[in-house]
Amino acid sequence: MSVLKKVMASAALAATMASAPAIAQDDVRIALVVKALGIGFFEAAAKGAEEAAEELGNVEIIYTGPTDTTAEGQIEVINALIAQNVDAIAISANDTDALVPALKKAMNRGITVISWDSGVAAEGRQLHLNPSSNALIGNMIIKLAADHLPDGGDVAVLSATTTSTNQNIWIEEMTKVMGEYPGINVVTTVYGDDLADKSYREATGLMQSYPDLDAIIAPTSVGIVAAAQAVVDAGKVGEVNVTGLGLPSEMAGAIESGASQSFAIWNPIDLGYSATMLAYQLAANDVVAEPGADIPMGRMGTLTLDENTEGAMADPFVYDASNIEEFKSIF
Amino acid sequence: MTDGSTPPRFIPDRLRTRKTRILHSWEILLLAVAIAIFVINSLASPYFLNAWNLSDATFNFTEKAMIAFAMALLIISGEIDLSVAAIIALASTAMGFAAQYGAGTPELVAIGLVVGLLCGVFNAIFVTILGLPSIVVTIGTMSLFRGISYIVLGDEAFRGYPASFAWFGQGYLFWVFTVELALFAVIAVIYGVLLHKTNFGRAIYAIGNNPTAALFSGIRVQRVKFILFLLTGLMSGVAAICLTSRLGSTRPSIAQGMELEVVTMVVLGGVSILGGSGSIPGVVIAAFVMGLVTFGLGLLNVPGIVMSIFIGLLLIGVIALPRLWTMAAAKRGRT
Repeated sequence: MSVLKKVMASAALAATMASAPAIAQDDVRIALVVKALGIGFFEAAAKGAEEAAEELGNVEIIYTGPTDTTAEGQIEVINALIAQNVDAIAISANDTDALVPALKKAMNRGITVISWDSGVAAEGRQLHLNPSSNALIGNMIIKLAADHLPDGGDVAVLSATTTSTNQNIWIEEMTKVMGEYPGINVVTTVYGDDLADKSYREATGLMQSYPDLDAIIAPTSVGIVAAAQAVVDAGKVGEVNVTGLGLPSEMAGAIESGASQSFAIWNPIDLGYSATMLAYQLAANDVVAEPGADIPMGRMGTLTLDENTEGAMADPFVYDASNIEEFKSIF
Repeated sequence: MTDGSTPPRFIPDRLRTRKTRILHSWEILLLAVAIAIFVINSLASPYFLNAWNLSDATFNFTEKAMIAFAMALLIISGEIDLSVAAIIALASTAMGFAAQYGAGTPELVAIGLVVGLLCGVFNAIFVTILGLPSIVVTIGTMSLFRGISYIVLGDEAFRGYPASFAWFGQGYLFWVFTVELALFAVIAVIYGVLLHKTNFGRAIYAIGNNPTAALFSGIRVQRVKFILFLLTGLMSGVAAICLTSRLGSTRPSIAQGMELEVVTMVVLGGVSILGGSGSIPGVVIAAFVMGLVTFGLGLLNVPGIVMSIFIGLLLIGVIALPRLWTMAAAKRGRT
């Protein structure tokens, strides 16, 4: 009996001792709470948070999250953070609404709460950091094509479905800024329905219908990969440049083959960095997150809050041959 | 009947004759583990010994424990219900739906309880009347109940619960004692009395040990099991009310995976997964152990996966220990 007790107790002790951190009370303790641990995107965000902590000096980052992407799991994490009386919680939420009561409690106890990446309803946080904005994305996708066409040229858009809200808004925003890219001519928009095979056929069709086509813009991660494959299969690498929004892990091959010169998507490292900077400003420098406020976030510039106290971090980050190796293993 | 003089063999009768002694020691052991974890937590984190923090920590187990009491009875009787988390999802969805049409708090509570009860009846019909194995039936209804929630809600959420509804999951009775903790205590007493002090409770043990013998002793086996499924559904409804009130919203993914945590709690509490033995005090202590472990490790910002590993080890430990113990005792003590 006593032996068994000892075994159980020492097992418990070992488990708790193994990871007991030194608690430095004078540091600003910022908790970066993610949807679930073990996801490359969030591991990269944590790296960015550590970078910000190093830059700020007196910051301790607590990188934490539940095992699977549930709201209940995040609430348990939030309760533990409230109990530790951390200075700030920066969270990428599993549920817009379910976390609100727990986060309200955190704010009532004087803890700064911000959301990033995946937001919390306005009453449950002080500000929300979006990775980018529709206008910035719309501008970025045409800029990516134009950068490789100094003498102008014909481009086509391969979108998701005709009813995809995000893609439609981005294409609309792109159309608004076309005047800034003289010589660039958008010949048509086709829809691959976010299906790999249909996107592939549409991309092949584009190259047949427009033999002089210089670039395909696909603001969808499914379409961009399919279009790149279609370009390779048609033997048009170097003639038709595929660009748009995609994931580095899926696009590494297209960059390598030259079917895509560059593409864009948010950078998780910058996102974690900015979230930490913002949390620090609110928690330690008494900055108030109110509509219209400009809040500095280190090397990422400033965040301007709109009437919903949301802000856009930056242009989507451009990935090309110079950095694809680094990011393809991250997300 | 065999007594201790025969060599150890795995037969249920043995477990039963020595049950009182084993269970008695078992709860003492579990209590020692709980106290050890409490002490270790207090030493490891300066934030642990704080009434408000401990009060917050009780939310880690109260809802699960409410279901665990009913589940303990069900498992003792030799059945299991894996659809409890899905019942929460369906009951919560029904409450959210009613709240959209202006239902007040009393109506919402009634809806939550009735939906839970109906789900329990649904399971019970398949198991006790059609005679299907409960593990298969409830794996099926697990998908069915949650599936209905997904059809109703899709990627939407129900919000707009009346303000007074928040009392169940966010309210305090007095000082740091939450409404949920009080409910937990009341339900624990009710189930403790039901299992340990009534004929009905004796019947549950009898069924779990040998359903055929129980039947021939005049126990209405199927009726008892029917009632147990119904109670499990009802308790899932109670948990749905508490959880929905605490979250203030409903999504179809609510309480995802909770059924396994409930079963873990029951087994950790010393209930034999094969049926026939176990006690409510054991489940109460197991609830505290699980709550204290997750909260304590959370305070140290131990990643969730390490917590799962720890709970897993604890579970394997408690299942293996009685066997090792019995074997060691038989080897040593009979000379």
